[in-house]
Amino acid sequence: MEQHAEILGGAAWRPRRPNWRDLLALVLIVTIIVLVGSAARQMLEPFAVARQTEISLSPAMLPGYALRTIMRMLAALVASLVFTFTYGTLAAKSRRAEMVLIPLLDVLQSVPVLGYLSFTVVFFVSLFPGRVLGVELAAIFAIFTSQAWNMAFSFFQALRTVPQDLDEASRAFRFSAWQRFWRLEVPFAMPGLIWNTMMSMSGGWFFVVASEAISVGGLHVALPGVGSYVARAIEERDLTAVGWAILAMTMTILIYDQLLFRPLVAWADKFRYEQTATAIVPKSWIIDLFRHTGLLRAFVGSIGTMAQSAVRARLSVRLPLWPRQKAILPSYLMDIVWYGAVLLLVVDLGWVLLRFAGAELSWTDLLAAATNGGITLLRVVVLIVIATLVWVPIGVGVGLNPALTEKVQPLAQFLAAFPANLLFPVAVYLIVRFHLAPAIWLSPLMILGTQWYILFNVIAGASAFPTDFTEAAATFRIRGWRWWRDVMLPGIFPYYVTGAITASGGAWNASIVSELVSWGSTRINGGGLGAYIAQMTEAGDYPRIALGIAVMSVLVVGMNRLLWRPLYALAESRMRLD
Amino acid sequence: MHSPKAECGSIEERHIVVDAANTIIDLRRIGKAFAKRSGEPLPVLQDINISLREGEILGLLGRSGCGKSTLLRIAGGLVRPTTGEVIYRGAPLAGPAEGIAVVFQTFALFPWLTVLENVEVGLDALGLPHDRAGQRAQQAIDLIGLDGFQSAYPRELSGGMRQRVGFARAIAIQPEVLLMDEPFSALDILTAETLRTDFLDLWIERQLPTKAVLMVTHNIEEAVLMCDQLVILSSNPARVAAKIPVALPRPRNRLDEEFGNIVDKVYSVITARAIASIGAFRQVREGLAQPLPRASVNRMSGLVAVLAAPPYDGRAELDTLASSLSLEVNDLFPIVEGLHIMEFAELKDGAVKLTAAGNVFAHSDTEERKRLFREHLLRFVPLAVHICRILQEREGGRAPRARFEVELEDHLNRREAERTLRAATAWGRYAELFDYNDKTGSFSIILHRR
Repeated sequence: MEQHAEILGGAAWRPRRPNWRDLLALVLIVTIIVLVGSAARQMLEPFAVARQTEISLSPAMLPGYALRTIMRMLAALVASLVFTFTYGTLAAKSRRAEMVLIPLLDVLQSVPVLGYLSFTVVFFVSLFPGRVLGVELAAIFAIFTSQAWNMAFSFFQALRTVPQDLDEASRAFRFSAWQRFWRLEVPFAMPGLIWNTMMSMSGGWFFVVASEAISVGGLHVALPGVGSYVARAIEERDLTAVGWAILAMTMTILIYDQLLFRPLVAWADKFRYEQTATAIVPKSWIIDLFRHTGLLRAFVGSIGTMAQSAVRARLSVRLPLWPRQKAILPSYLMDIVWYGAVLLLVVDLGWVLLRFAGAELSWTDLLAAATNGGITLLRVVVLIVIATLVWVPIGVGVGLNPALTEKVQPLAQFLAAFPANLLFPVAVYLIVRFHLAPAIWLSPLMILGTQWYILFNVIAGASAFPTDFTEAAATFRIRGWRWWRDVMLPGIFPYYVTGAITASGGAWNASIVSELVSWGSTRINGGGLGAYIAQMTEAGDYPRIALGIAVMSVLVVGMNRLLWRPLYALAESRMRLD
Repeated sequence: MHSPKAECGSIEERHIVVDAANTIIDLRRIGKAFAKRSGEPLPVLQDINISLREGEILGLLGRSGCGKSTLLRIAGGLVRPTTGEVIYRGAPLAGPAEGIAVVFQTFALFPWLTVLENVEVGLDALGLPHDRAGQRAQQAIDLIGLDGFQSAYPRELSGGMRQRVGFARAIAIQPEVLLMDEPFSALDILTAETLRTDFLDLWIERQLPTKAVLMVTHNIEEAVLMCDQLVILSSNPARVAAKIPVALPRPRNRLDEEFGNIVDKVYSVITARAIASIGAFRQVREGLAQPLPRASVNRMSGLVAVLAAPPYDGRAELDTLASSLSLEVNDLFPIVEGLHIMEFAELKDGAVKLTAAGNVFAHSDTEERKRLFREHLLRFVPLAVHICRILQEREGGRAPRARFEVELEDHLNRREAERTLRAATAWGRYAELFDYNDKTGSFSIILHRR
């Protein structure tokens, strides 16, 4: 992020006369500073579990709540970046660290985000007794867990694939480690990092909403925010308030996108490694505003200059001169010691876990969790199949029509980002009203928010499909099922798999909040592993929460390894178009 | 660069005459081995002694993949040699050193930095204060002819301008030695010519702070045009095959008779090496491990057709052929080599001549060509015979590709083994000897209808 201002400040120099844009931008900045400041102050307020600020259902309170929600997102983003830079670097630079860190990341990625919450809340509250901060941190941590892993993973992969010539150039010119990090590695990783951040951010809204109103055992917490507002509305059976919340969230996401991500994407375009100019250059009115406003440019430019000097400084940590030797006799002895230490730790932890579980859990618990897991697995599979059957044809239809794509694609992306749990009350209201069978009718909620990933990936695939192929198919009069089987489906397959992986991962996560729902005092239980975890969380039954989470992680990892990875490998090797 | 030493006669004599004080970089008994899949070392460079002296441009020539780029990287401290040492400023080199700059074939510019920032990068690494770095970068930019492009990003520039940035970046750190890895080969012919001339002008006018240049190239004319000394490397593993001094006055003229003579000499050395190495491999393990070039059947047939037709009528000099087909020697050589191995043509003294079989091949129809190709493949490419034999022995007539890969990697490095197997596969498929299924990664026999 260090070079953020440089492009803004670096455009051709023009005399700096204040203009109307200055005013606009100034207002924008001051507002943001004031808002952030006040929200931060509130976060530090003393907190007593008994005497919490009551969540008001007045729509006038919503902007303030939305602001608090946004603050949590931002804080989590910063934390994720710090984590990414350290964890990813460590894993990429040390072979031994990699052996441990990367598999760990793989598992962390598959643990349901909301599963962490029940554990972390208690931890963070005990860390800052009597302050809201502890609970705030727990909520922020929940969002952090939803985005940090794949950001770190993408950074790690980028570090591993730094182009050889740039690596050699940076070594030949003898960059210091600091210079290498900021001038080669971070910039190279930037596009992937931003893309992953955007994807995680979509999930993040879901979790921030879910984590604001938490009850674990006897501890009931409602942090001021859109999520708590909705939770209150559910308690009060207030459908109008739910409507207001949906509206507020929509506005929030749109503003967030315009003020943060659009500029970020437009700015990050220069980090593309490919040397070709693209047809579509991402644009952002915010960046334009900053570029064309004298006063702002001067301000941002000076920050940019400062950042530049920081990045250009040697900060003389010498890199080892010779590159790391590959393959030529790694020190086996050290490896054995290291492996041994890791193994010992794992065995030790396993033993502790087993004893803990043995004392608290019985085989019937495992059976119950596994059965529930089966139910949820069935739901996920059926829902993915249905979503595929619905959205693939629609996505292809839209994708092959450029004019339509332009309109539908942003909508699909917005829908993917929108926290679907805000819509749950509406669905639940309908189920209660019409006495529908919860085991079946609650299921669609799981995929309500994540099905859009399938849609927009398929659209992207279809619109990237070379016209040569569709024209060739038309010339040879390939139609009907053959057209789908031989022409289009192989063409969009890699995109579809990407979308389906995200959708299925999201569905697992959503099961914790969607299989057990309430409307006022009415509770509806659809059964399944998500409901199991939710129930145990309410009861504060930690051994069984852990069991539920473990079973879910195993199922998610299993599905990834047995289904998605092979499909992805197939897509990579057979159906690439380049 | 017009030093008297260039007039010396034989190579050995010159080596003794060398004034040690003049030597800037000394490569001593350099060897480099990469690990085979089995873990055993496979030598790529062996026992290479080269001295880069003050005031000279030294050109490294050799076939693609022979290890010349690796040697250049060893000289720059980017790659560590397995044996031997690089002496620079009187001490063994231990990694990239101050005073050595590299110009890369792929430019290696940072796409997220502007031209100016790209040039400043090396100065920042020296720890220069920003204003000083800015000044020196600006000087280099002026010298290289990039003024006005300071704030452009590399992707906005043409290939030629990008490589100018590469030069400016190297020159900005005022290097004593410039290492250039095929600096013009990614550019089109006209752009390359302009850049070469500009660089030579700066060099002759002594406008560069640089005392000596080591460059890798596969373009023989370019080498003769630019260099004071040529070192030709053999392959498998690379050794110094010949050192040829170029004592022509500058600026040099391609049409000079002496210029042509030197080009011819280089061609002969290279073809002689190729022929010798093909011959040598036929002796080892029944020729199984003979590396095959990257030559498609289409290109080979095409070249046969060109050779058979006027004006060549069966015989052509490689340099004339290369320029008339607008092919780099690097691209032409594998095709010629393929024909030589298959004995459709003969490579000798920098010229290629169709054999009787080659003539027949040129005037046959598709079926006849295939038959001829199959016969020659079975006679002259032991690897193809080997694959056929294994397939016949095996039940079901199938064998996995990995099996042959492992066998080849006993003798060749991974890249060569891969290339060889690829050529054998393509040739065998064309000859309808065997088929290869990429999905299963296995060869299978084709049963011939007689």
